[in-house]
Amino acid sequence: MNESTSDLANPTSNRMQRRPFIAELMRRREGTLVVPGLGSATWDLAASGDSPDFLYSWGGMGLAVPTALGLALAQPARRVLALTGDGEMLMGIGSLGVVAAQAPANLAILVLDNESFGETGRQAGLTAGRTDLEAVARGFGILRTMIALDPGDIAPLADLLFKAPGPVFAVAKIALSSDPWVLPEKDGATIANRFRAAIGAAAK
Amino acid sequence: MTIPQHDWSADVFAAMAKRKITTVCTVPDGGLTRLLNLVKADLGCRLVTLTTEPEGIGIATGCWLGGVRAMVAMQSSGVGNCINAAGYPLTLRAPLLCLVTMRGQWGEFNPWQNPMGGATRAVLEAMQVRCFQVERADEVGETFAAAADLAFQGRQSAAVLVSQRVIGAKGFGQE
Repeated sequence: MNESTSDLANPTSNRMQRRPFIAELMRRREGTLVVPGLGSATWDLAASGDSPDFLYSWGGMGLAVPTALGLALAQPARRVLALTGDGEMLMGIGSLGVVAAQAPANLAILVLDNESFGETGRQAGLTAGRTDLEAVARGFGILRTMIALDPGDIAPLADLLFKAPGPVFAVAKIALSSDPWVLPEKDGATIANRFRAAIGAAAK
Repeated sequence: MTIPQHDWSADVFAAMAKRKITTVCTVPDGGLTRLLNLVKADLGCRLVTLTTEPEGIGIATGCWLGGVRAMVAMQSSGVGNCINAAGYPLTLRAPLLCLVTMRGQWGEFNPWQNPMGGATRAVLEAMQVRCFQVERADEVGETFAAAADLAFQGRQSAAVLVSQRVIGAKGFGQE
């Protein structure tokens, strides 16, 4: 028997819907800088309302956590959240070891896990099968972790992501949904310049 | 006979300090050992050990977004791992500064190093990374400084390729 196939056959409609979940989470971010992964995480963030605190991304798969780590090290007084999908996280999975080693107290990571490559045709991802991202993060040495399964978990999740001493890592199991595209700015220089100006790094 | 060699690592470290490049992301290489030790010993610097080189490009980009200058130091074989990631700072118009120690290039003993050693420069240039090849130890420091200024003043990608002629080929006692 192929367990991952039987898992996929189960409807995921009882899982959290990503758009209202992210919108509610962003209402609680309190000035946290957000580095989304490419694709859906960026569309979700744009749909929650635009902010110069958001470093929108249309590419560079695997670089959301490294970028957020560099930013967190450079801006120790600001909270930084890497917000990405399960496929993007897995492509840069070793960066969790680098995060654990550098141990920035201001860095949080949230993986939106729909167990699929949602942008490319909903192909099953590894987390649909045996891969446990929270266990991976713990194995790399990030010991403050959480799995969010339903809307009731949002309050403790927000406390972990925006208040607890970092680095912290969380997985939110979300539905595989079809949401309208909400496309933010795509010119990289414009995104970077706005972001740097907003955090006062532009002169450096 | 061993000829005493110019301390190019100290020159690079001095050029880094002058330009406030304080963070070095690396998958180590033998040729980088002295420089990485200088970085590790300096309380004003941060050494970030990676699992794979493209992480360093993301981290350096994030540092720059936050107002801190970082660089990536790697062996030439690591350049091949970085192809897609090199497009990331390019698209953001962020600087990228790489220090690459060459293998598979000059007197290489290990044939497994040769394919990437022969392709390193072509791969970097294909991703619009300006390359500065250095063949002499006493020219590494000034070349690094020039590349750093191009990268950080121009928000461009630059790499210094330190020849295996400078580093010395590893023979595993079988020369």
